[in-house]
Amino acid sequence: MERGTREYALWSIGIVLIVFVALLPVVWIVSLSLKEPSTITTGPGISVWDAFFPKEITFDNYKSLFEGGIDDSPFIKPLINSVLIALITTLISIVLASFAAYAIARLNFPGKSAILAGALAIAMFPPISTVGPLFDMWRTLGLYDTYPGLIIPYLTFSLPLAIYTLVAFFREIPWDLEQAAQVDGATPFQAFRKVIVPLAAPGVFTAAILVFIFCWNDFLFAISLTSSDASRTVPAALAFFTGESQFTQPVGSIAAAAVIVTIPIIVFVLIFQRRIVAGLTAGAVKG
Amino acid sequence: MAQITLEGVTKRFPDGYEAVKDMNLEIKDGEFMILVGPSGCGKSTALRMIAGLEDISSGELRIGDRVVNGLAPKERDIAMVFQNYALYPHMTVRENMAFPLRLAGVPNDEIQRKVEEAARILDLEQHLDRKPANLSGGQRQRVAMGRAIVRDPAAFLMDEPLSNLDAKLRVQMRTEVARLQSDLGTTTVYVTHDQTEAMTLGDRVAVMRAGVLQQVGSPAELYDDPVNLFVAGFIGSPAMNFMVGRIEGDVVKLPIGDVPLAPELRQRLSGDVAGKSVVVGIRPESFEDAALTGEARDRGYVFRAKIDLVESMGSEKYAYFTAKGESVQSSELQELARDSGADEIPTSGEGQVVARLDAASRITRGDEAELWVDPTKLHFFDPESGKSLTHRGSGS
Repeated sequence: MERGTREYALWSIGIVLIVFVALLPVVWIVSLSLKEPSTITTGPGISVWDAFFPKEITFDNYKSLFEGGIDDSPFIKPLINSVLIALITTLISIVLASFAAYAIARLNFPGKSAILAGALAIAMFPPISTVGPLFDMWRTLGLYDTYPGLIIPYLTFSLPLAIYTLVAFFREIPWDLEQAAQVDGATPFQAFRKVIVPLAAPGVFTAAILVFIFCWNDFLFAISLTSSDASRTVPAALAFFTGESQFTQPVGSIAAAAVIVTIPIIVFVLIFQRRIVAGLTAGAVKG
Repeated sequence: MAQITLEGVTKRFPDGYEAVKDMNLEIKDGEFMILVGPSGCGKSTALRMIAGLEDISSGELRIGDRVVNGLAPKERDIAMVFQNYALYPHMTVRENMAFPLRLAGVPNDEIQRKVEEAARILDLEQHLDRKPANLSGGQRQRVAMGRAIVRDPAAFLMDEPLSNLDAKLRVQMRTEVARLQSDLGTTTVYVTHDQTEAMTLGDRVAVMRAGVLQQVGSPAELYDDPVNLFVAGFIGSPAMNFMVGRIEGDVVKLPIGDVPLAPELRQRLSGDVAGKSVVVGIRPESFEDAALTGEARDRGYVFRAKIDLVESMGSEKYAYFTAKGESVQSSELQELARDSGADEIPTSGEGQVVARLDAASRITRGDEAELWVDPTKLHFFDPESGKSLTHRGSGS
């Protein structure tokens, strides 16, 4: 009993520590984004507490991001680019990965393990080593600074991820159900649509979220393969933020933009986590 | 309603393995046919071919008057209950049972009526709006049955539907299934590896081994007149005792003594067996405590044996003794032992004989007891082929 409580206490301390370390930068960014630009770099002489939290909360940093509308704002166009590129990549990636994962999970065909090994190898490949060649190729092909110029490399790295996730999910589906549906009078397509798709949905959502986050967070390709707001995504655009004058740092606006791009990720995970955890397959077959 | 006919049906897998070999079977309209055999004997494959879930490599399968070899499962008008129930986890019980009707385009009010009726028959009314995950094993099993009966199909196919239930529930559901089938009068093919289920449920039982149909007949026929060693050893619990014997003149020389050869058996014995060694099968109930046989004592043969163990079942007793002699070597019996796991128990080796005695018997462990055996109830088998030498030739 005593040991139990001690263990519990140690675990609790550990968890609090980890959460603290993980969330501190987030809180810090939020705090920065709410400060007056002039108070961001307060000198020594005040307590850490006062330095960390804003004296007066202001939303000026957020407002400045959207000032000037789509043409003049340094943030709106990259935000649109980010959303569109991530969504298009996710859509293509999930469609292709579903086909591949279905075949790998269900069928026996020669070269199956080679495909999986190849996918894994690509996922392991350091992206930085492809950036240089891609830069040259894209400029020759006219893909530099375009949507496809980013979507194609994103696909190469997100497809293995999606395939692996979906294969794992598809293998868990009780395929007996498909046969049960066929005996119940369903055509193969009806069996797929009415029985398999609802069961596969949580897995597909999981894979989609992972792919979306991967594209959304990417900085390396975004900074290397774009040169203007035509296709620059938010992580890359942040690096080009400028202060009001040559001598001011745009810390406040960067912090505000960082907070804004974090929000969709949090929302996504919160919405779909329930679907993922729903455990839809429980009770299908005797466990 | 329809009869199901298999003519020379064979299943050959791409690697050349034949799971079902040249199977001929006629299942009559409204009949309850059991396919039974040890695991891997091809019974499930046979059922899945009837369902249309496996292609038929050669031969012809008819449901009613239609040849259905090339038809998809949905065109065969059959319903199947799977071993793991295969309920749709994202649908409620009501939706599960309505699913086949919805696919068939039945109008909503009729679906409603049929599902309610099936739920009433199966006592599922209060569970209609629950999901399968929240049901007990027995309830899930009944939902699977319900999904089959709402359709009123030409035939039910059941693939070990009770094997996932615990022992008590299994016995209960067994009677339930039998009652349901006789009420509905629908042709049913039922696959099981449990010979007790086969004996209690079926109108007729088809025993399979290694893809080959061994014998088809009523439970009584299989029990009293098995066509070979495999069927003899598979049907009945406790299993038939086997020992090596030799027919010499009017007696059968057995490890337990020289048992007289009954005239009716001598008549039925096919071929020249005099002086040859044969495998003799004796069912446990063909034995009796000699003290309890009364007038029948003289009809039978009395011998002495040292009793190793007595198990009392309340209504009867099982006495185990050892009969020394040549051990029975047969691939068929080895397979049976392997399937039941008996080959892993060293004590159940050759020569162990079990006798079923009346509960009134006073025989106890360690006794040098007088036992009685009915010589008319012996079964003779060819030691090489395993074929019965005393088969009456009926039933198959």
